[in-house]
Amino acid sequence: MAIIGGVAGGGLLGVGFWFARERDRLGDRALFNVKPNEAGLSGWVKITRDNRVIVAVPRAEMGQGVQTALAMLVAEEMDARWNQVRVEDPPENGVYRNVDILIDGLPFSPEEAGTVVDIAHWMAGKLGGVLGVLATGGSTSVRDAWHPMRVAGAVARDLLLRAASRNASVPVGELVAVDGEVRRKGGARVATFGELVDQIGELSSMPVPPLKKPSEFKLIGKPLPRLDIPAKVLGVATFGIDVRRPNLLHAAVLNAPTFGGSAMGFKVKGSLPKGVETVIIVPGGVAAIGSSWWRANKLLEEGIEVQWQPGPEPGLDSAALWRRYEGLMQDGKPALTRALGEEKKPATVRPLEATYRAPYLAHTTMEPMNCTARVTRQGDKNGVEVWMPNQSPTLMRMIAGKTADVPQAEVTVHTTFLGGGFGRRAEVDLVRQAVTCAMAMPERPVQVLWSREQDIRHDYYRPMALARWRAEFDTSGGTPKLVSVAKRQVAQSPTDQFPARVIGLPSQGKPEGNAVENPPYAFPSYKLEAVVPDGSVPVGFWRSVGHSHTAFFDESFVDELASALKKDPFEFRRELLAGKPRHLKVLETAAKEAGWGQPLPAGSGRGIALRASFGSIVAQVAEVAVTDGKTLEVKRVTCAIDCGPVVNPAIVRAQMESGIIYGLSAALYGEITLANGAVEQSNFPDYDAVRLADAPTMTVHLVDTGASSVGGVGEPGTPPIAPAVANAIFAATGKRLRSLPLRL
Amino acid sequence: MISFTVNGQPARVDVEAEKPLLWVLREDLNIVGPKYGCGVASCGACTVHVDGVPVRSCSMAASDVAGKMVVTIEGLGQGTLHAVQKAWIEEQVPQCGYCQPGFIMSTAALLKANPKPSDKDIDEVLSNICRCGTYSAIRRAVHRAAALLAGAP
Repeated sequence: MAIIGGVAGGGLLGVGFWFARERDRLGDRALFNVKPNEAGLSGWVKITRDNRVIVAVPRAEMGQGVQTALAMLVAEEMDARWNQVRVEDPPENGVYRNVDILIDGLPFSPEEAGTVVDIAHWMAGKLGGVLGVLATGGSTSVRDAWHPMRVAGAVARDLLLRAASRNASVPVGELVAVDGEVRRKGGARVATFGELVDQIGELSSMPVPPLKKPSEFKLIGKPLPRLDIPAKVLGVATFGIDVRRPNLLHAAVLNAPTFGGSAMGFKVKGSLPKGVETVIIVPGGVAAIGSSWWRANKLLEEGIEVQWQPGPEPGLDSAALWRRYEGLMQDGKPALTRALGEEKKPATVRPLEATYRAPYLAHTTMEPMNCTARVTRQGDKNGVEVWMPNQSPTLMRMIAGKTADVPQAEVTVHTTFLGGGFGRRAEVDLVRQAVTCAMAMPERPVQVLWSREQDIRHDYYRPMALARWRAEFDTSGGTPKLVSVAKRQVAQSPTDQFPARVIGLPSQGKPEGNAVENPPYAFPSYKLEAVVPDGSVPVGFWRSVGHSHTAFFDESFVDELASALKKDPFEFRRELLAGKPRHLKVLETAAKEAGWGQPLPAGSGRGIALRASFGSIVAQVAEVAVTDGKTLEVKRVTCAIDCGPVVNPAIVRAQMESGIIYGLSAALYGEITLANGAVEQSNFPDYDAVRLADAPTMTVHLVDTGASSVGGVGEPGTPPIAPAVANAIFAATGKRLRSLPLRL
Repeated sequence: MISFTVNGQPARVDVEAEKPLLWVLREDLNIVGPKYGCGVASCGACTVHVDGVPVRSCSMAASDVAGKMVVTIEGLGQGTLHAVQKAWIEEQVPQCGYCQPGFIMSTAALLKANPKPSDKDIDEVLSNICRCGTYSAIRRAVHRAAALLAGAP
């Protein structure tokens, strides 16, 4: 889900920058598509004559519950009744920008401080403001909205109270807002919100009233029902693939088999079948366009010969790539080196070294990649309209405009429901192809849909990664003592590739931020070297980004350290977290709730892992059973999370379970391999996911440590599961698995 | 021409015999509740009922549907909420929601054949994929739907 990875923080400077300008993010009352029978109260909320409260949600709903959570922030402060609240997509405007997402893109560890970090945070905040990027990712939505959307709610309540006061000639001090109504303090109703639609008029905005204290919350913290669920259960929610416009055409795409390849020409065998009007070359491949996607796709699979221009590495295969990475592990120049603590050189030292591997991973959102576009020409003026399940309308608009050579102002982007995002839908490849198709069929909307095979073979993958951990123990005093740990890792960087492929920024060769975060443990000395290889394999933001592989490396090795010191893995972590009360409480909660230490049948074992990511701390205990030394069953997962203030506990729990299943699919099955420059997997039969029968029993515990900073929840549930399972397998069998996916 | 019934309405389509039912529904009849997820009968997002039996519509040829009764998520509740849909709302199952029409149709068929399924029965029959990982909520909702169908309030 992360667009630009990283951990919360935001930095005091970044946050201060926005607090100082909270009115900047309130927006004009006319901004939010205000229709007759409605009154805008700011850019974030309007009321309707039939007594609905409509909240602007400028973030993509991809299952993470963002519509519900953000609407709750506004509804809380304005004292709306939950069942009168609806959401709408607002027009694109800088008011709705996601500030946190840019701050998160920086290659720092969250606890790092100092002038350089502060300046970089400030610059990113500033840039976010200037660019006004609308984006959903990095588990940032609630973190970004927590302040401005509550302010919008408080301002709305204030306007409603003053409108009612003027209308009923009651001093405003004697009025309160309760449950979607304005009442006298004694309780008598003065007006419903809806009855005040015509009374807002020229009322001027006053200074922002104080926000509620957490103890005054009525909605925040409650498991309120999600706003998007009824439509999804009725089957009437509109995903990108469901967009229907008059004269709609469908297009299927065949992408060049090798990365970076393109189509030079093509020959259709025989004549075009009924249902296919034309075949054209699009960026990265060819598209067949017509009235039937099924027919168009069949033509591309069976009835066409394409002359491909191969990409830069047409012979690439996974074995050769691993050899290249092993070479870089030996002598590659690190793009980042970090050393913390003091390295002591005791007289006698015993080393421990372990090498870990993680493969490329595809996202496989349930809804395959798609985008619908229409190009209209009026005189010499062109306009573009795009309907797309996407994680950044700002980027989609930019690329649509560039592709059609149309000014940004002439491009409209409609964001539909996303049938999964996980980071894949921040990419701009589909909008390029759809607008190219639409230019070939002017005035007609064209819906480009990729087959599942194209989706798996032409993803922006979670980077393949190689890591070598090394520890040294002082053995001079009898009982070995840990003196130093060092990690060297080799992985491509999505944050390096993404700006290059989207807006043509030169590559900086810097590692992706999440991949270089420091473990929370009080190691006597810690060293990190990150090597960032070149490579033509496209890498992107895969749910939890760099945490998805580094958590496996780090938490597996911590277990190996415990084992080398003959310590219990939970107790060993506790020792190293003595100075981190939040981490400690999360770890202890997961262990206690999982029954850590209680006996299990032979062949079973528990494993624990902890990871702080995106402003939240998560610990998980996995319980596995291994039969006949080869059949693995993940029976139970106990999860504890501290995400700071909880907006909707039901959504937090659902996101933890979601992150666990997503991470478990990767841990058990996920592996993208290359042969002859192309991806070998193609569909669920060879790139499978956890299904109901393999889904463990999960329990989620929300830990309150009194933290006031808001953490994300979309991604933090994913990183700990792979190491928790690997550690459980070790506990059950004594076998240490150091490569993903986990194969016994 | 191929004729059959969809959600109680007669349908006549002029399509190739091999065109999968999923694409007949989505392209020729504008019924978009059944979703495309894999095209190889693996993920179950396209599940509909054909003569009461759950079918992965991406892999059933149009010619095999001739004369049969097709029910999609749009027709499941016949104007009201089906017990499975009610349970799905009560248990707050969907996240992204894309796979849910398939799960709901599979569950409705399961409960018709087996009104009180065990967890093991559910695991065996519901082999659909949900990438958001709503599985534990689905398990709860299947039991809740079974209770609703048995007359629970």
